[in-house]
Amino acid sequence: MSKTAPKTYITSGHSGCAGCCDAFAAKFTLMGAGPNTIVINPTGCLEVMSTPFPYSSWQVPWIHSLFENAGAVASGVEAALKALGKKDDIKVVSIGGDGSTMDIGLGALSGAFERGHDFTYVCMDNEAYMNTGVQRSSGTPFDASTTTTPAGKVSFGNPRPKKNMPAIMAAHGSPYVATTSIGFPRDMIRKVKKATEIVGPTYIHAQAPCPTGWGFDTSKTLEIAKLAVETCLWPMYEMENGEITQVRKVKNPRPVEEYLRTQKRFKHLFTMKGGEEEIKKIQAIADWNIEHFGLQ
Amino acid sequence: MIDPAYRKKMVVVEGSYAVAHSAKVCRPNVISAYPITPQTHIVEHLSQFMADGEIPNCEYVNVEAEFSAISTLIGASAVGARTYSATTSQGLLLMHEALFNTSGMRLPVVMTVANRAVSAPINIWNDHQDAIAQRDTGWMQLYVEDVQEACDTLPQLYKIAEDNEIMVPGMVCMDGFILSHVYEPVVLLEQDLTDDFLPPFQPKDILDPEDPKTFGAFASPDTYEEFRYLHEQAMQKALPKIEAVAKEFEEVYGRYHGGLIDGYMLDDAEIIIMAMGSILGTIKDVVDKYRAKGEKIGVLKVRSFRPFPKEQICKAVKNAHAVVVLDKNISIGTNEGALFTETKSCLYNSKVRVPVIGYTVGHGGRDIPVESIAKVIEETKKVAKSGITVESQFLDLKEELL
Ligand SMILES: Cc1ncc(C[n+]2csc(CCOP(=O)(O)OP(=O)(O)O)c2C)c(N)n1
Ligand code: SF4
Repeated sequence: MSKTAPKTYITSGHSGCAGCCDAFAAKFTLMGAGPNTIVINPTGCLEVMSTPFPYSSWQVPWIHSLFENAGAVASGVEAALKALGKKDDIKVVSIGGDGSTMDIGLGALSGAFERGHDFTYVCMDNEAYMNTGVQRSSGTPFDASTTTTPAGKVSFGNPRPKKNMPAIMAAHGSPYVATTSIGFPRDMIRKVKKATEIVGPTYIHAQAPCPTGWGFDTSKTLEIAKLAVETCLWPMYEMENGEITQVRKVKNPRPVEEYLRTQKRFKHLFTMKGGEEEIKKIQAIADWNIEHFGLQ
Repeated sequence: MIDPAYRKKMVVVEGSYAVAHSAKVCRPNVISAYPITPQTHIVEHLSQFMADGEIPNCEYVNVEAEFSAISTLIGASAVGARTYSATTSQGLLLMHEALFNTSGMRLPVVMTVANRAVSAPINIWNDHQDAIAQRDTGWMQLYVEDVQEACDTLPQLYKIAEDNEIMVPGMVCMDGFILSHVYEPVVLLEQDLTDDFLPPFQPKDILDPEDPKTFGAFASPDTYEEFRYLHEQAMQKALPKIEAVAKEFEEVYGRYHGGLIDGYMLDDAEIIIMAMGSILGTIKDVVDKYRAKGEKIGVLKVRSFRPFPKEQICKAVKNAHAVVVLDKNISIGTNEGALFTETKSCLYNSKVRVPVIGYTVGHGGRDIPVESIAKVIEETKKVAKSGITVESQFLDLKEELL
């Protein structure tokens, strides 16, 4: 099986929405990691849509345990492979949503990184809890409307900026942390491949626009992902041993408004009084990214 | 009278050391645990064995919390590793969600629980509330009476759990402090005997890129119920296996602690005291005194609480005039301990007709003196004569604190 399997190692026929970002993220991750991989997947859209018993989309060994323990399960998989003398050939990759990675599973993930397990963790960041119906996570961007941070008469939506997860993971002493986007498949595949080849705990944070949760046409997933990068709201960079070593430059950054207009979750910014001011605040986030990461 | 040759093999060690030694000779591939009193010494001893290179082909994962300890073992067991952990009380409660997940995926993880009371109020001493709170998680639970049994039950439980027909995780429940911290003469498990007794773990289904399998899938109402049924069937298969493995163990090591249940002075007993764990020692002492006076009192030790040995219990109590169950736990809202409730439940639809009363005892490490056991026996004798007046009650409540 491992020699002849198709390159994606995840089959179609799953029950994800049309244009599903998580399906893209999983596909690109496995294209980077290859067939000799054990995948650990916490609870979330990807897990639910890909394994309706007795079917499974996974052509690599795959385990789902709980919403908050992927880091620990991956630790156990890695430790067992080591103990059984199998670690050298097999890669361990966890693929989790922003909720399981940045919120409920952060403790287990932090523990796994601090202990230095040799595995790669890929966060598919669709910026909310999609599986339970678009609730806020700590990856939800400033002013996005979600079902638990809805825009309303006295609210512009999520009042807090995104948690800086890559910095947290780099602070664990990880040899390799990178951001990427499903809008740039080759970049994502390359970074996952690199991460899985490096010994130690490595982390890939991939932006993954969700048509259902963000409110855009199902044909536009990759387009919107690209727009996030081009407006500098999603900087793409690599960190090696805590230092930024590579940045994807954006020659002519586009105004954030172009990105915000494409999605229902930001619609209120264009209709509510004071919305303009809010858009300026979001532009300031992009400007800070340009400055901080040297995007230009 | 102990055979002098056997006595020579005995050493006086701390219960936790003896248990850690047992875990070691079971040849685990992955150990993961988090310290909590009174389990701490077990993991410390195991850490020392690791530091001294005494556990070959093993990884010890020093996790950041019990939730990760059990989750780590889920991953490790799915890869085909034999796994071990130890915990208690709040640590066991923190594992709760993952306990269902371990058993649901049919991963034969084995764990020692050094039973302790649960918060609030915080209390570090022994009772069984922590493990009883996990009774429906689909794990086997074997309660042990002394340190030797705590040691001997580990390889037995691996053998039961890892049977391809069963594949259900299990916990050895030993009383915290009373057994974990006591120094008792024991025979430490011999490596060669254990290697003969316990073959290597060879699961049929593992995570392996050569033959990819999906673990922990999503099941709809169309398919979920059958998973529950098969899990229950596996537990039912564990019932005879627990008996058989206890006998096999006796053949190899020469020690028997009971299978699902064990009796003491039981055959002709008119009054039977039922209990689990170390309290059985005290009960047996008291029963000896009654027997010396010619009174037919017997003891029914329940070793396996999950799976629950309904048939064996019915059979054991069928000729008694009255039964009393002592529980170191309470299911708040029923005024009953769990063993009491379940004993009554299994008798109801049987042909056995015997009055059963219950006492919930020894909470948070409260001592259970011989006088109190005698008091319980006197009450049960009254029940045998004139019927039940109080079905279940707390033992030795201090009225002045209420
Ligand atoms: C302990 C626990 N709390 C809550 C849930 C419910 N739950 C399942 S998936 C999910 C959200 C998943 O969000 P994310 O990780 O971002 O993945 P996504 O579905 O968006 O890809 C939640 C809240 C759960 N399964 N377990
Ligand atoms: S809600 Fe979003 S992440 Fe979930 S299946 Fe649909 S598109 Fe994919």
